[in-house]
Amino acid sequence: MSKPTSQPTGLGGLKYDASKRARANEWNIFAALVAIVIVFEVLNRLNGTSFLFNLRDNVPGLFNQQRLDIMILQVAITGIIALGVTQVIILGGIDLSSGSLVGATAMITMSFAQTALVNGNPNPKAVFGPEWMDLPVIVPIVVGLGCGIFAGLINGLLIAYTKIPPFIATLGMMVSARGASRWWSNGTPVSFPTETYANVSNGDLLGTLTFGLLHWDGQNPAVVFVALAVLFQVIMIYTLYGKHTYAIGSNEAAARMSGINVDRHKVLVYTIAGMLAGVSAVLLTSKNLTAQAGMGMMYELDAIAMAVIGGVSLSGGRGSIVGTVLGAAIFSVIISGFTSIKLDAYYQEMVKGAIIVGAVILDQWRQKNRARG
Amino acid sequence: MSDIILETRGLTKHYGGVQALDDANFILHAGEHVAVVGDNGAGKSTFVRQITAVEQRTAGQIFFDGKEVTHAGPLDAREAGIETVFQTLALADDLDVPSNLFLGREIFKFRLGPFSWLDRKAMRDRTMEALKTTAVKIPNVDNPIRNMSGGQRQCVAIARTAAFASKLVIMDEPTAALGVQETAQVENIIRGLKERGIPMVLVSHNLRQVFDLVDRIVVFRRGRIVASLRRDETDGNDIVSYITGVKGNADGAFA
Repeated sequence: MSKPTSQPTGLGGLKYDASKRARANEWNIFAALVAIVIVFEVLNRLNGTSFLFNLRDNVPGLFNQQRLDIMILQVAITGIIALGVTQVIILGGIDLSSGSLVGATAMITMSFAQTALVNGNPNPKAVFGPEWMDLPVIVPIVVGLGCGIFAGLINGLLIAYTKIPPFIATLGMMVSARGASRWWSNGTPVSFPTETYANVSNGDLLGTLTFGLLHWDGQNPAVVFVALAVLFQVIMIYTLYGKHTYAIGSNEAAARMSGINVDRHKVLVYTIAGMLAGVSAVLLTSKNLTAQAGMGMMYELDAIAMAVIGGVSLSGGRGSIVGTVLGAAIFSVIISGFTSIKLDAYYQEMVKGAIIVGAVILDQWRQKNRARG
Repeated sequence: MSDIILETRGLTKHYGGVQALDDANFILHAGEHVAVVGDNGAGKSTFVRQITAVEQRTAGQIFFDGKEVTHAGPLDAREAGIETVFQTLALADDLDVPSNLFLGREIFKFRLGPFSWLDRKAMRDRTMEALKTTAVKIPNVDNPIRNMSGGQRQCVAIARTAAFASKLVIMDEPTAALGVQETAQVENIIRGLKERGIPMVLVSHNLRQVFDLVDRIVVFRRGRIVASLRRDETDGNDIVSYITGVKGNADGAFA
């Protein structure tokens, strides 16, 4: 009967209810990540192996370093794309073109990264004449980022000013960019980069580090991924860019009425997403020492899956970069986990699809509960 | 003349062939609260959208604060001192209360184009202040407003308007979706504006509310202003006759 006096009374008799305070969704995703790791660990132990831990006596270290390294590398390159896709989805859009952009950008970038002499012989895969070879490493990097920015800019301009749905605009870009990557060298791979370019991904910026029991072998793509993730998490939370991205994804009409230049902001977000695809292409070609027209195939879907698993709502306005990083980790753990229990690759794909659908169903269900609660 | 805050002369708006607003001449004096009433489609919201520059007028002039104005957009109008609560809530559900209050006019620690650094503490402090002056109580301003009731959300929208109101407040059916208690709260905010001497244009269907709150009532019918009556010189029946067209069709344009 007695009114709780310690609680401030809200408007119209509505009372503050601490239990209704929104808990950061990221904790749930982190819990899911831990749970999935435990499941794979248990499944492995049933076979007498281990998912995360090193059971062999002839190899030092507590953890299965090889698997960790593969998982981190797997996450890093697609994860960088996912950072851009996350921003686009929070904005209320979608980007289907990122995988194809990686393909096209890879081909073009690699052409500017070629070395003139391979073992004393002229480069058999030469795209340009010798005056365009052995360029400083900054040239292919700038070309790569430039290609990404250019394609992202086109996506953004199409979506903002012709008002066609993002799905259609980026689908068109997806098909066109894939075509461009095949056209670039008539479908033949571009190979043999300069040593400095190869070192972009294969060198180790931080060197070998050891954190207690954890060992870091130095993988530049992972360093770049983490640095970009931190950068964009900060931008999304503390800057106008982030605020407006969430606002537009949440209620575009309201954002427009509040005086936000919605069209210009959309162009900016898609351009950044394109640039991140460019970063990914540079790292990927540098890692593989070659570029093929089919590179980045289906990366866009993996990136979207990472975001969705990480709690980014496809209806826009909700989610975070941290969520996507966790989603990427879950994604990678699942793939490595399937391999570790020797599940056939075909089954892996099927289960992967089911997990993506499951994540969206979970998101819908959460939304409904929230609306009711 | 300096007594006049807002004046429209011959304000007209066509949507294609539809004449939504025709030759509206309207005057709002300093500190005056005026209600705009009329049937659905009478041109009330169209009228508001021209003043707030959400849409651009087809013809006519708008004078605000003594000068003729042509605002390019709602932000322009807002910077000039016209604050609006729209019929459809102009709030972003996934943002918290301070972010919504300051949407489009954020406070910065330092400016760097789109990557300008937000001063979140200053915005939060000023939000608390604004909610205090408008007597709006929100349990937790750091939650996304998605989790709030319709009344609380409407109060955020109105607090946003009232807090920044410098010269003119426009409310387009602010209580249409609210319960009894919440409506009372909103009406209190409106009375607070009156005490502070801030002029207001209120679009409403609720005649009880209109007679409670405003000084003058302007009736729209089929895109035209058909009456402008002081509250104490008219009554509900009179207003209804103008709304339905029983009165005020002297020109015989509509039969």
